[in-house]
Amino acid sequence: MPPDAATGEPGGPMKAFRTLPADSPVRAFAIVIAVCVVCSVLVSSAAVVLAPIQHENALKVRKRQVLKAAGLLDPGRDVVEQFSQMTPRMIRLDTGEYVEGDDPVDFDVATVSRDPDSSSAVPAEEDIAKIRRRPAEMPVYLVEHNGKVETIVLPVHGYGLWSTLYGFLALDGDGRTVKGISFYQHAETPGLGAEIDNPSWQGKWIGKHALATDGSVLLEVVKGEPRGEGAGHQVDGLAGATLTARGVENLVRYWLGEQGFGPYLARLRTTEGAPPDES
Amino acid sequence: MKAESKRTLLDPIVENNPVILQVLGICSALAVTSRLLPSLIMSLALTAVIAFSCLFISMVRKAVPGNVRIIVQMTIIASLVIVVDQLLRAYLPEVSRQLSVFVGLIITNCIVLGRAEAYSMKNGPWLSFLDGLGHGLGYSAILIIVATVRELFGTGSLLGQQLLPLKSTGGWYEPNGLLVLAPSAFFLIAAIIWAVRAWKPAQQEKPEFQIRVVHRTEVS
Repeated sequence: MPPDAATGEPGGPMKAFRTLPADSPVRAFAIVIAVCVVCSVLVSSAAVVLAPIQHENALKVRKRQVLKAAGLLDPGRDVVEQFSQMTPRMIRLDTGEYVEGDDPVDFDVATVSRDPDSSSAVPAEEDIAKIRRRPAEMPVYLVEHNGKVETIVLPVHGYGLWSTLYGFLALDGDGRTVKGISFYQHAETPGLGAEIDNPSWQGKWIGKHALATDGSVLLEVVKGEPRGEGAGHQVDGLAGATLTARGVENLVRYWLGEQGFGPYLARLRTTEGAPPDES
Repeated sequence: MKAESKRTLLDPIVENNPVILQVLGICSALAVTSRLLPSLIMSLALTAVIAFSCLFISMVRKAVPGNVRIIVQMTIIASLVIVVDQLLRAYLPEVSRQLSVFVGLIITNCIVLGRAEAYSMKNGPWLSFLDGLGHGLGYSAILIIVATVRELFGTGSLLGQQLLPLKSTGGWYEPNGLLVLAPSAFFLIAAIIWAVRAWKPAQQEKPEFQIRVVHRTEVS
């Protein structure tokens, strides 16, 4: 058996092939390898060449959702241009201080959470959002007007029913009232859990009091239209998607709490409305 | 030869349509047709995949041993689907998100493997390419008809443009909610099959079983 037949370079040892019987395993193996090599070159070059454009798109999707959560999205205008009104900043979660760090716009929370240098494990009893690891620094996106913070958009994530939900929660400049919520990535069941993308459900969050004046988290997702005392901080859940809605509740409570943006929001409330550089 | 090329290309559109005569590829026809734009992109993606997979499979058909041909066909089809999916993600991210898994599921679309196995393994590259293109266009035709009806009457709009003013916004049109849901695509495809088979009775199938009275003594 000629040795080059087994390596099966495409187009090369055709002569050696012809002498092999049509059903020879060597021939079959060589052909399959050749086809696979050609196909994998095709697939990987497509993936590599298109990766920067796809990355750009992923950023655009995130920027759109930041604007949507803040209630500023104008679908008729370019997202990148509209995003320029936001002030992206990095903060340290445990102190709530602004820091100079990674690029707050091109920040992939899933990648950073895997990096042992810039993230830490979340103890199981505190991990209500089931995120396992938490970055030490997270971005925030601010809308400032005449030197006052009008809107704070916080990146949030946590586990739903099938997948990790990634989204944004926007708070009013007082650091307590919800301005909007939106998600840019999840894999919940279409028609049930995926209704978290439904604008009418997201609309129910607007105006809710997420935090008490002392900074404790009030927000809850309940069954049925909230009435009476709690209505100011309760949101109606999703019929048929109890677990996804509970996931949203948990992730919002986690990220607003002491483990999440709690220290930052507390700092913001004491310096209410002051520009971020003075805090 | 020219007439054969033309027949190979055009036959699958009406005479031998993959969806309504062969009843293949129904899954994606149900799933993506609630809006016209994703359907157009899906049609384009499938047509590109099927035409080029038929071309490439036909080019290698003589070299591929019979016992591994399905693996080779699937490798080629899967690679093309991944390339198409990557292209959509790069250039049409919004539509790609709406289509989600259904672009990837072109790999399992019976029309693609069916044409590779039934035609491309026996015919030359040019004819195979035309055959794939024709079947892609046949599939696209049904998808576009179904999606147009579903979007227009289900939401009163077409390609996102509001054509029929909705009652909820002060117009006169009450949208048909059923058309937004997947089962409506079944009814529409059935209606198209009925219409085409009434027009071309040659497409009607012979009943597989004839119900008749069997005498007790005939039953063994």
